Amino acid sequence: MIEVEDVHYVYPNNVEALKGVSLTVKDGEFVAIMGQNGAGKTTLVKHFNGLLKPTQGTVRVDGVNTKKTSIATLAKNVGFVFQNPDHQLFSETVEEEISFALKNFGFEAEVIEKRLDWALNLLGLTQYRKTSPFLLSGGERKRVALASVLAWDPQALVLDEPTIGQDHEQKERLRQFIVQMQAQGKTVVIVTHDVEFVAECNPRVLLMKEGKIVADGEGKEILTSPEILAQSSIVLPQIAQVFMQLESLGLPRDVIDIYEAKEILLKVLKERRK
Amino acid sequence: MSVFDGLKYRKVYSPIHNLDPRMKFLYVIALFVVAILFGQIIPLLALFVLQIPFVLLARVQKQWLRSLRGAAFLAAFIFLANIIPRFFYSGYVLTAADWEYSVAMTLRFVVLVESFSVFFLTTSPDHLGLALEQTHVPYEFSFAFTTAVRFVPVLAEEAQTIMDAQKARGLEMEKGNFMKRIRNYIPVLIPLIVSAIRRSLELAEAMESRAWGATKKRTNLYALKLRRGDFALLAITVGILAVAIYVYLFVPVPTLVQLFG
Repeated sequence: MIEVEDVHYVYPNNVEALKGVSLTVKDGEFVAIMGQNGAGKTTLVKHFNGLLKPTQGTVRVDGVNTKKTSIATLAKNVGFVFQNPDHQLFSETVEEEISFALKNFGFEAEVIEKRLDWALNLLGLTQYRKTSPFLLSGGERKRVALASVLAWDPQALVLDEPTIGQDHEQKERLRQFIVQMQAQGKTVVIVTHDVEFVAECNPRVLLMKEGKIVADGEGKEILTSPEILAQSSIVLPQIAQVFMQLESLGLPRDVIDIYEAKEILLKVLKERRK
Repeated sequence: MSVFDGLKYRKVYSPIHNLDPRMKFLYVIALFVVAILFGQIIPLLALFVLQIPFVLLARVQKQWLRSLRGAAFLAAFIFLANIIPRFFYSGYVLTAADWEYSVAMTLRFVVLVESFSVFFLTTSPDHLGLALEQTHVPYEFSFAFTTAVRFVPVLAEEAQTIMDAQKARGLEMEKGNFMKRIRNYIPVLIPLIVSAIRRSLELAEAMESRAWGATKKRTNLYALKLRRGDFALLAITVGILAVAIYVYLFVPVPTLVQLFG
């Protein structure tokens, strides 16, 4: 469980990135944090594993105040995958890259071997085991970065902009992967601008603006209210846009799921035919 | 970060910022030469004090102090590197002269760093590039130089992100003995170098697609012109050099030990 209580954060250059943020992420929850650039999304999630410590207020991870413990201890519970995989890849082989964190956390050799196989397999990287990460494509590098964090099987996972530069197949894989994590009772927090991706996943959505949380609720509810989204300059997902246009037909407005949309439209069509 | 902040140009309007970078560069070089010329504390202290009105006039005292703090670690290293061999060499005793010499060497380093810092704090990369061009440095070189300067803060920021990414994977930079700590930097340095190379290739492509180097003779929107302030600075520079050379040749500079001991 991640508890954030009235957190303010001021960067060394005196920019106040967070202005009183409070929230609780329960174990097993799936949260998407959205908002404009500079709204404080990344600053907020960097508090979850202690990379940043609040200037004011407290952050507790599983009841432990992040100010009173080290990043390494927190990181073991909260895995953090950065936006750009090139900011972390440095090893000669994918294998070494993935075991880097395992060694840092002091796992035993056998465990490392087992976890390594597991992570390689999970992200479909087994054939690249001995390849240099620098020779892989962008999508593959991103997967290596993800595997290198998943390897130690953290209870919570923070993904910063996981869909940037990914093709549709990769995104779909990522979505299935998140569903899988959910099934295992893991917490997943993503920071993203990708409305369509969020609409497909339908997580809890937190909307941030100028260092504050301006909306917090179900994806279905937030992504279908233009009034809320407008203040963060987010456009409605395409399905929601269509249903908003069709409101005069007596259709519901809060639809973001493609299958739900299909059912509703089929029903309308059938009724018309009669 | 603090070290880089002490060198990063910030847009402020002051008489110092308006000076021609060529003259400022001459001034800095003169300070360098004088600092190298003298090994005694008194002239080095004078050089150090001499920069304070310059800094105050430019209103960069805060950043300047920060660069001082940034240099503290290396300064301490230089101090130790000077005093430890002397300690062993002179049979495990330290005389006042040993102390004085080591302090003077450290002060020399501080003076060099400070003059450098003042120059970069008050000179915009654009002006610097212009100055290089007008002193007939080929455009390719002056462009490479200004780009390098401009990317220093970007790289510093990137280094921070990389450090965060590795810390998130359990890397503890401060852990272990001296050698281990140095090795701890490998996971930071490799991504930093790789991304710098990648960035430079991308930049080259972007520049070429905007017709970089299409015409042999480029013209500039602005041209640097020497003004009254620049000549004043030139006079000060020549003055400092003249006094320094005169003192160096004809006046025996006493050390503090000779004065008080």
